[in-house]
Order: sequence, then structure tokens, then C-alpha cells
Amino acid sequence: MNNLQRVFANGKAFIPFITAGDPSIEITEQLVLQMEEAGADLIELGIPFSDPVAEGQVIQDANIRALAGGVTVDKIFDMLKNLRKTCTAPIALMTYINPVFAYGTDRFMRNCREAGVDAIIIPDLPYEEKGELMPFCLKYGISLISMIAPTSNNRICMIAKEAQGFVYCVSSMGVTGVREDISDDVKEMVKLVKTVNDIPCTIGFGISTPEQALKMAEFSDGVIVGSAIVKIVEKYGSECVPHVAEYVRMMKNTVMKCSY
Amino acid sequence: MSKGRFGEYGGQYIPETLMNAVIELEEAYNRFKNDPEFKAELDNLLRNYAGRPSPLYYAKKMTQDLGGARIYLKREDLNHTGSHKINNVLGQVLLAKCMGKTRVIAETGAGQHGVATATAAALMGMECEIFMGKEDTDRQALNVFRMKLLGAKVHVVTSGTQTLKDAVNETLREWSRRVSDTHYVLGSVMGPHPFPTIVRDFQKVIGCEVRKQLLEAEGRLPDALVACVGGGSNAIGLFYDFIDEPNVRLIGCEAAGHGIHTKKNAATITTGRVGIFHGMKSYFCQDEYGQIAPVYSISAGLDYPGVGPEHAYLHDIGRAEYVAVSDEEAVEAFEYLSRMEGIIPAIESAHAVAYAKKLAPAMRQDQILVIGLSGRGDKDVASIARYRGVEIHE
Repeated sequence: MNNLQRVFANGKAFIPFITAGDPSIEITEQLVLQMEEAGADLIELGIPFSDPVAEGQVIQDANIRALAGGVTVDKIFDMLKNLRKTCTAPIALMTYINPVFAYGTDRFMRNCREAGVDAIIIPDLPYEEKGELMPFCLKYGISLISMIAPTSNNRICMIAKEAQGFVYCVSSMGVTGVREDISDDVKEMVKLVKTVNDIPCTIGFGISTPEQALKMAEFSDGVIVGSAIVKIVEKYGSECVPHVAEYVRMMKNTVMKCSY
Repeated sequence: MSKGRFGEYGGQYIPETLMNAVIELEEAYNRFKNDPEFKAELDNLLRNYAGRPSPLYYAKKMTQDLGGARIYLKREDLNHTGSHKINNVLGQVLLAKCMGKTRVIAETGAGQHGVATATAAALMGMECEIFMGKEDTDRQALNVFRMKLLGAKVHVVTSGTQTLKDAVNETLREWSRRVSDTHYVLGSVMGPHPFPTIVRDFQKVIGCEVRKQLLEAEGRLPDALVACVGGGSNAIGLFYDFIDEPNVRLIGCEAAGHGIHTKKNAATITTGRVGIFHGMKSYFCQDEYGQIAPVYSISAGLDYPGVGPEHAYLHDIGRAEYVAVSDEEAVEAFEYLSRMEGIIPAIESAHAVAYAKKLAPAMRQDQILVIGLSGRGDKDVASIARYRGVEIHE
């Protein structure tokens, strides 16, 4: 069993997202450890980018704080390599294509492997452009996660057939951010994926409350929560770790209630 | 390699949420571009609404003053709304209407593209929202009011550097929020495929007219074409019909701001390197980690950290040359053309005038130089006054 399959081995998965370097790389390291401890099945770690076009205000602000604090791709890899001495939680990096390209795609993926990164998520790299990274992902054994959106329609089967690791189903139109209402359409997306590929499906964008997480977990394999956690980091700053851990524990316990 | 490439440049690096929208746009464009009714309607609008063809004016005094090549000005400043932007906007808004869209959104830097989009939206009965960086709404306040007058809603963008790049980010975000009834009228030859191709096709009328007009006036083709380059739509519009004419030099003028050896510039090809941003692979001003650089130019329309992928390609294959022109040179050229020919150019276009001032004396008197005068300078009068230390109360 590779590290990504472990994500879905313990009931419905709960996947927290944080922006690396917000508020500091040291706090990020503690957050990863404590979120693992609190039951996170996969940690999604954002590498900040100056112009995150798929993000809403909350994560945009986190990107700005992290960059202002001086975090870089190198510092994030160093932190991960150190973290891997004690942390075994599966880790996915989320960033935009330019930081990967600028770093050197081969060098980036090699570092991912050395740092024990299991997967990468690149929102501005759609199916048509995945050739940009795929050869290097294969070379170093990093899963390139595919996203599908409410507008994907006729593209879902094409994307799902070639998906690796798990599929990231975007629940709502627009950018990341906490939402009051999440449409049920995503249920149909998950169904369609499963008809062509027996691959875990996770749902992200807009989820913040236990009720929403439970509802989404009922028809998927896991939920991803970003903005709600980043808000806690924003609110408590360097004191955020126990608050985030408490939230993650509560959310994991909630999605666990959901049986297959 | 995916679709919409110019060499290695271009592509479609956008979130999945927008993929079906650009695919739908490409299909619609391919369907309508050769449709006789669509072509006739666009042609009618360009002629009777925008005022095309724009004149190709022989700048006699400037030619005599500089003592070299014969200088012609392609007068896009005389188009309705005051710049070349209307060419693309009429095409795209008409296309959006044919696609059944009821709402258009657009980014704008100097405000020229926003004004043109608001104009076309008013004309064709579309809802219109424009995104503009706060720094630009401050320095181009007149254009903000102009857009509102035309019935558009103007969103002031306060994220990031609060300029054109951030306006594009915000328009992309808005498009991904509401894509079914909305078309994004991208203003330059940039962004994901098919935009670089569509915008170039709607702008190539500039160069096609120059060819015809110059053949009538001089019986031959020009020796050099000079145009300013931000994203590069007026430059590609001027160049495109001449790409296969190897004896015609193509020269794009980027904004050097305070100088290419300072951080305060927007000369993408001169100082940037290859990257992937705003849907395309091209040249970008960025740091070693690929963070997009906060660029600077006195010209809001050239204040962009990227350049269209076709320009990146023309640069790499050596077909076009790209030079950098500083704020100071552009302001001097702005004043020069005003006094010499009685034409106040947009500060963007003044970058091309500035380089032409250097180039023309080095050319023979029997050679011909065409300057793409992409827009008029009324919008810039207050900021040039400020640059010269004069306070104007508008």
C-alpha cells in the first residue's frame, strides 16, 4: 500500500489545508505534526504564490503573509525533510505552475521525493497541460492530482480515466472560501468518476462546518477544508496550533461517523 | 504539446472550472469568424461606429526634424474611444452576443480597454463589469468616470500590486464564479488559448490597412514598424500582416520605467524570463522562485509583468526586436509629438514615438518608418503634468 492509499484506509478522510510559512515556517511544522496527531489523513500544504488566481480572499491573504515572512520553496523542502524524521502522514503540496516551473520541474519533483511528498495539486494545470509535469511526476513517483469542477461535464470521464491517487472534486464555482450553501451537484460528479475509475474522490472548496463535512462525506471518500483552517491561523497567529488541532480533531470525528 | 502554441509559448494554463468556457469560446470563434453575417456586421461596426480605416498620416515636420526615414503615424488614436482597443472589443462583444452571453467582464490598466468594453456593451445591450487596480483608478480617474457614464460597474481591485496584473487576477476569479452567462473580454494578446489568437485576429486590421495605405501613398512596403508592447495587442496588430515580409523590421517598445537596471520597470522580454502565468507560457518579470514581480511604468497600459506568447515567439526566432524605453524618454516623446505634429499621443504610444525618434535619424531618407500610434493622450495629460511638477485640478 503506498502512502496515498493510507489516506482512505481509516474511514472517510479528513484533509486539512494550510499555507506553508503562515505565520512562519516553524509554526507550519508544528501544525503538520499536530494535525497528524489530531487525525488528519492527508495534509495539504500550500506553497505560497504571489498571484493565486484560484483562491478567495482568506487564502490570498495567507499567501501574502507567508511571502512577506520570507518563506521560499527551498525553506519548505528543508522543513519537510526535517519533518519526515518524525511525521509519516501523507503530504500533498498545492501550488501554482510557475513556482514549480521556475524552480526547475525535474529539480522540484526530485526534492518532493527526497522530502517525502506524496502528491502535488496544481490548480492552473488542467488536463490538457499536464504533460508539463507528468514525466517528472512519474520519474520520481509523485502523484499529480486531477481536479474536476462543476463545469467539467463532458470532461469528467476523460479526466477521471487518467487520474492518479485521488480525484479532487471542486464543489462550487469560483474560488476557495467558506460558503453557506454547497450544491448537491457534486454528488453526480463523484458518481460519474466512479463509473470509469475506481479511485477515491475528495470534495473541497467551501466546506467549513461539521454539518457540511458530514453531508459531503456521505457520497465521497473524504473532504478537504482550507479557508476555515487558514482563518483560525489568521486569528490566532503563532498561538494557532492547539486551535487548529482541535478543529481538525472535531472534523475528523465528524466524518468518521459516516459509514460506507 | 497542447493547443494554441507559438513555438513553446501559449497554451491553456487555467483552472479546470474555466476549461469548458475557453473550449466553447474557441468553437464559437471558429464557427463565426468565417460566417458572412458575422463578418458583415463586424465590418459595419468597424467602419461606421469605430471610424475605420484609421488614417495613415505622413508626419512631415517630424520627418524633417529628425532628418532620416520618412515617418508615418498609424492613427489608432482617432478611433472611437480613442485607441486600438475598440477593434478587439467590437469583435469579442459581438462574438459573445452570438454565443448567447448577456454579460461581459474585463480587466483594464490605463482604462482604454475598459472604456472600449463598456462602450461596446452599451451598444450591444450587455451587462458590463470592469476590474481595475486601485493605483490605476487613482491615476486614470477620468476613464473610471467614463466607464460609469457608459453604464459599466467598475470594481476597484485592492489585491497585490493594485495594477493591471491584479485586475486580470480578479477578472479571472470573477469569470470562474459566473461563467455560464458571462464572457471575459480579454484586452490583449495574452491569457489562455484562444485569446492570443482571437485578439490578434481582431487587431490585425491595423497592419492590413497600413499595407494598403502605404502601397497607395508610396507604392511600397515600410522598412520598419514600431509599436509599444505591454501585453502586445497593438504591436501584433501592426506587425502581423508583415511577419512574412523579411525586409520589414518589427520593433516592439517595452516600458523601462526608471530603467532596466532598476526594479522599477515593466520590460518583460528585456528583463524577464520564461514562465507560466495568466494561462500562458511566455516571458514574465519574476523572482528566482517564480513569484511574479511588482512591475512599474508611468504608463498604466504597459504596467504588466508578462507579454503575449506570440511576441515571445517572434523574439526567440529573431523575427521581431524588443527594446526598452524609459519613463523620461516616453514623456519627452509625448511632449515632442504634441508640439511637432499637434498630436497628443497616449503615454503608451509615446514609448514607440520615443524609439522612433532614435531610429529614424539612423535610417536613410528613402526609407519608411511606421509608428503605431495606438491611442490618444487626453487621459494622460494630468499625470504628465504631475510628472513635470505641475498641479492640475480637473
